[in-house]
This record gives sequence, structure tokens and C-alpha cells, in this order.
Amino acid sequence: MRFPPEFKVVRDQEKCTKCKRCTIECTFEVHGYDKKKKRMVANDENCVACQRCVFTCPTKALVIERRPPTFSDHPTWTEWIRRDIMTQAKTGSVILASMGNEKPYQSLFDSIVIDACQVTNPAIDPLREPMELRTYLGRKPEKIEIENDALKTEIAPNLKLETPIMIAHMSYGAISLEVHKALATAAKEQGTMMGSGEGGLHKELYPFADHIIVQVASGRFGVHEEYLKIAAGMEIKIGQGAKPGIGGHLPGPKITEPISETRMIPVGTDALSPAPHHDIYSIEDLSRLIYALKEATRYKKPVFVKIAAVNNSAPIATGIIRAGADAVVLDGFRAGTGAAPQVIRDNLGIPIEAAIAAVDQRLREEGIRHWGSIIASGSIRTSADVAKAIALGADAVYIGTAALIALGCTVCKKCYTGKCTWGIATQVPKLRKRLDPEKGAKAVSNLIQAWNHELKEILGALGINSVESLRGNRERLRGVGLSQPDLDVLGILPAGK
Amino acid sequence: MIMDAKGLHYKALNKLIEDAINNSAKKIKITNVNGQRYIGGGIKGNVEIEIHGTPGDDLGSFMDGPTITVYNDAQDGIGNTMNSGKIIVHGDARDIVGHSMRGGKIFVNGDVGYRVGIHMKEYKENFPVIIAAGSAGDFLGEYMAGGRIVVLGMKDSDSEIVGDWIATGIHGGMIYIRGKVEEHKLGVAAKIAEFSQEDRKYLRNLLKEFCKTFGYNVKKILDAEFTKITPMTHRPYGKMYTE
Repeated sequence: MRFPPEFKVVRDQEKCTKCKRCTIECTFEVHGYDKKKKRMVANDENCVACQRCVFTCPTKALVIERRPPTFSDHPTWTEWIRRDIMTQAKTGSVILASMGNEKPYQSLFDSIVIDACQVTNPAIDPLREPMELRTYLGRKPEKIEIENDALKTEIAPNLKLETPIMIAHMSYGAISLEVHKALATAAKEQGTMMGSGEGGLHKELYPFADHIIVQVASGRFGVHEEYLKIAAGMEIKIGQGAKPGIGGHLPGPKITEPISETRMIPVGTDALSPAPHHDIYSIEDLSRLIYALKEATRYKKPVFVKIAAVNNSAPIATGIIRAGADAVVLDGFRAGTGAAPQVIRDNLGIPIEAAIAAVDQRLREEGIRHWGSIIASGSIRTSADVAKAIALGADAVYIGTAALIALGCTVCKKCYTGKCTWGIATQVPKLRKRLDPEKGAKAVSNLIQAWNHELKEILGALGINSVESLRGNRERLRGVGLSQPDLDVLGILPAGK
Repeated sequence: MIMDAKGLHYKALNKLIEDAINNSAKKIKITNVNGQRYIGGGIKGNVEIEIHGTPGDDLGSFMDGPTITVYNDAQDGIGNTMNSGKIIVHGDARDIVGHSMRGGKIFVNGDVGYRVGIHMKEYKENFPVIIAAGSAGDFLGEYMAGGRIVVLGMKDSDSEIVGDWIATGIHGGMIYIRGKVEEHKLGVAAKIAEFSQEDRKYLRNLLKEFCKTFGYNVKKILDAEFTKITPMTHRPYGKMYTE
């Protein structure tokens, strides 16, 4: 017995020309042609509402509708809770999910507002005045010493960005080579960085390596001397916001020949990233890997360490920075993923807003804030989220899902199937072709450019002319409808105060 | 070329090695090594490094090509994510030998510690091999995805040849143990397969260079019972998930 379908395919038979385009576009086998009835039919049960057929239908004959809940209403036993229990009763398996946390927790970003200048502290017009978004990531010196008109102080390697917005780590394997190319091209065009993800780099990405931060995760896929040496920086992934404390399993069907080559695992096997790095069980062990990477690249590149945002992020981040990392990356509990157990994705970790504030505060209190940068990620949806993250204490942000949406992702949440109709989260050659890397690069580049403009507007309204002046400037934020403990954690005042 | 490591911090020592390699040194002998980490980290080419003393953790990590010989014991993490080349240890090596190793060889004439060969990989000609003459600790070959691990257990007849939790999550590659291994010592996803004449032949080839290095007789080594450990399936966790 199968569940009643979640969606309904509504076809305007008047408009439908029976061209069968929908049968080609759909990878979930929804559409078909009924020879007896001589018309197109749909199998609603398979529909995931990815909208591919709707967008591509030449006569716009299709609409996907949500079917009204078919279960009797109950506030505790929601339809989805009942569906999940029935599925697990049948299979005895862990429910797999894609994209970010789907539980309706309160959004802290949406409960924070940004200050603006009026009369006494004049705003700045970003159309007339220069506005600085340039951001440097890495360790900053205690003080600068000049000798004979030359810099005497040795400066640790920093990454120079033209915007505080970077493109998040999404692995080659989870997403296609074409997506990786599009993202890398956009990063280069916008003078920012793209994360490689944990699946290694395809050789075709090497020309973009000076705009790529390469990841070293517990599976160590695609990690070798050249990969480290050509990159702009390195990032050790300890944890991921969508699945804190657990490893990753890239499903076997996505391990095609080219993925097998890059990751060096058998074709068709699950790519297993163990929960811990098996050579890291303490801050001291972490420090050993940080310096192994620095030694292997002769101290020319910064090493970042990424953790999922959890209760103890602040002391852990201190340890990470003291262990020699040049930045700590905090990934919030709303972060996206190609595949994670639903129960983990929806229930583990803490909001990124709280983690940024707590880590920034702690590093300041210990007097080591300048030792390393803070990078925030996990559901940064708008330029306002970027501004709020920076004002809470971040130096820069990573955007993942937003960049994919720019490429055409409609968040249908079926990444783990490898059947992405938009050619993003797939390794199927004919689906991959659906995404043109050049057009994709333009779209992602446009998104970052638009957010840059908006960030400048926000800075102007705040009467400041550089993103550096926004960093950790919590005085310019106010909370709306937040409890006192929440306000205390965020280090902000309630609106009106 | 001879270097004295006495009193040198690892950063200074590794800089000396880097400079020597850049000046096209082909043979480097380092004396008085005393716990310096990352020796040979990320170096490449066909240089040979001889180490006298005890090197520190992560010897030859990310290394791509060179040969390192240690005439004493080695510590944790030798050959971490190594790409190609060879590490020869005349004494014991400790934990996490060849973590995520991608190619090349690690020969140890003594025992190896815990978590050896975790997440080893392979792709076509990139094929990592770890051979230990002594015994191995717990968690040998966990999450192994490729390559070969051989444990010969020839050093101390009293101790066990291999610890518990062998090859949990193995989905590629193979482990050979000289001696009998009880089924209960295996982790989830590993199984004991028949050790055939083919395997014996294969092993003879694999052991040739090892035996030459340390002066063993291949025939004598092979004249024993062997246990072959392989993955049960390429997708050990394939049925764990549903939509």
C-alpha cells in the first residue's frame, strides 16, 4: 500500500499538444502517454513538485498543486509524523532527507532588526561615496611594526575577498561537475572563494584553484599534495550543520566512474565519511592535522576548521583557534545537505545566530579574536542575513542553498536520489547537460553582486563605509519579540531600548 | 647530504629538507632525530631520506613519491593520506599508520598500533599497501575502501596477531593476516573469505620487496595458515536508509 500522493498534476488538456516533453524532463516517472485514451496522463504518487515539467512545458499546460491533507487533523500527530511512522514500520530504516532543517523553529535572524541613521548621525549615500566590502580572512598581527619605511611584522597568510560572501562547500559527487564549474567561475568573477566540499576536485577545476578553499574531511576523499598546494586555502571539516556529530554517506548510485576516480573508492559504493576523523580525538590531535597541512604547503595558506554550531561552540572555537587554525567556520542547524538522516537534520545543533555571537564574545573575552576569523554558514538567505551575521560577529559567510537556487534549484528536497531534474544534484550525464556552467556562473555572480549592492545600502543607512566597521557591531542590532536570555546570548538590546 | 636534527624544531628541520630537495638532493641522511613531526610532509619526487633516531608524528604525510627509511621506531600517523612513495620502518610504528593512504607502500618490521590503514583507498594504478612483520592493534582497516593490508605476526608468539573490531565498514580492498582470526573479531561489514592458491600466489608477489628489504624468506612466511578478510558488500549501509 502506498501513501496518497502529496501533489497533484493538473493538465490543461486543451493546451496540451501531447508533445511528450514532460515525459523526457521528468526523472521521477510521473508523466506518460495513454495510447487508448490518446492523451497524456500523470502518476501523481511519484511527483516531487520539482516544477521541471511546469517550467519546460511549451504550452504552459501544467500546474502542480498540493493535495489537501488526506489525514484527519491532529495537532500532535501531524500528517508527516504519521507518514514517517508508517514508513519506518514498513522498512525498519532511517529516514533520509535533503536540504536544511524543516522544523518551524523561531528564526533569530527574522527576530533581529538593523539600526539606521536619522538626523544626528548622517547616513552615507553608497552611490556617491566609496563603500568597502573587502574582507581579509586569517590571522591578524597583534601590532604592526615598520622599519625603514618597510613592514617589519610578519603577516600570516590571509585570503583577500572583494565581498564577505563566499560559496559554501558542496562536494563533487553530491553535485555535478557543471555546478562546480559554475560556482568556481562565479567565485572568480566576484573576487571571492568557493569551497570544494569533501569530494576532491576534478582536474577541470584546477584553473580556478586560487579561488577555491579545499576541504579535508574525515573520508579524506581527493586529498593529495597537489590538491593542497594549488588551493587558496584549506578547511578541515569536523562537522556539518545539517548533521552534527555524524558522518556522511554519499549514496552509492551517485558514485559514477568519474566520482570514483576523484574520491578513489569503488564505483557504486556508498562514500562513507566517518563521524570523527580517526586521527583526531582531541584539540591536540586537531592541531597536529592543522600543522600537517601547513607543513605540507610550507605555511603559505590559511587553514580553517569547520564545526557544526553546537552548545559548546564557544570553548571549542577557542580551542580551534589556539590549535593554530586561521579561521573557525560555524555551520548552523539550518544548513543544507545532499543527504542526512531526517531526525539528525531536524533536531541536532543550534541556530547559527547564537553560535556566531557566543564564539565572537568568547574570543574577544580571551583577547584572541584577531588570531582567527569567524565564518558563518547555514541558511544565509538574503543580504540582510549576511549583514546580521557580520554584525553579530562573523567576518564572512558561506552561501550554499542560495547559490543552488540561483542555478535553478527549486528545493524539492530529493538531492539524495541523484535524479535532480534541474541537473544540479546528479551525476547522470544527460541530466548534467541541463545546466550550462556559463549561464549558471552568471546567475550566481548576479546574486552575489545584488547582495553586495544591498550590503552597501545597509552600510550606508548605518552611516558606516566599510564592512569591517560592521563586524561585531551588535550595538546596531535590536531584537524583536526575543526573550531576555536570547537577547543576552546574542548580546543585543530589545527594540526601543 | 647529512643533516643533524639535534635541537631543531620540526619547522626548521623540514625547511632544511625542503631546501635540500629544491637544490636537487637525491639522498638525505638525518641524524639525531628526536620526535620532530611531519618529516617528509608533502614532499614529492624520487628523493631518499634516511632517518636515524625516532621521528615524530605524521612522518611522510601527504608525501608523493619519496622513500623514507627509519632505523628505529616511528610514532603515530606515518604515511597519513600519503599519495605514493615508500616508508620503511625497521622498528615498530604506532597508531593510525597509513590513514586514508592513496598509494605507495609502508613496510614495518615490528608491530603496528591501533587504527592502522583506516579508510585506505585505491583507483587503478594508485594502490596502497601496508605490510607489518609484527602484530596490529584494534580497528585495523576500518572503513577500508581499497588497497591491501598484510599483518604477519612473526615477532612475538605470545601476543595476538591482530586486535578486535577488524575492518568495520570495509567496502573495498582486502586484509591478509598470517594465522587464524576468529570470526568474532571482525567488525560489521567484514567477512572471512577463503584463502586460495590464487591468494597465495598474489601474496608471494606482494611480499617479495618486503622480504628483500628486511631479509625474510618469502617461502617460509607463506608456509603458514592465512586469513583473508574482505568486504561483505560494496554498500554495507545501503539498506539503512529509506525515503
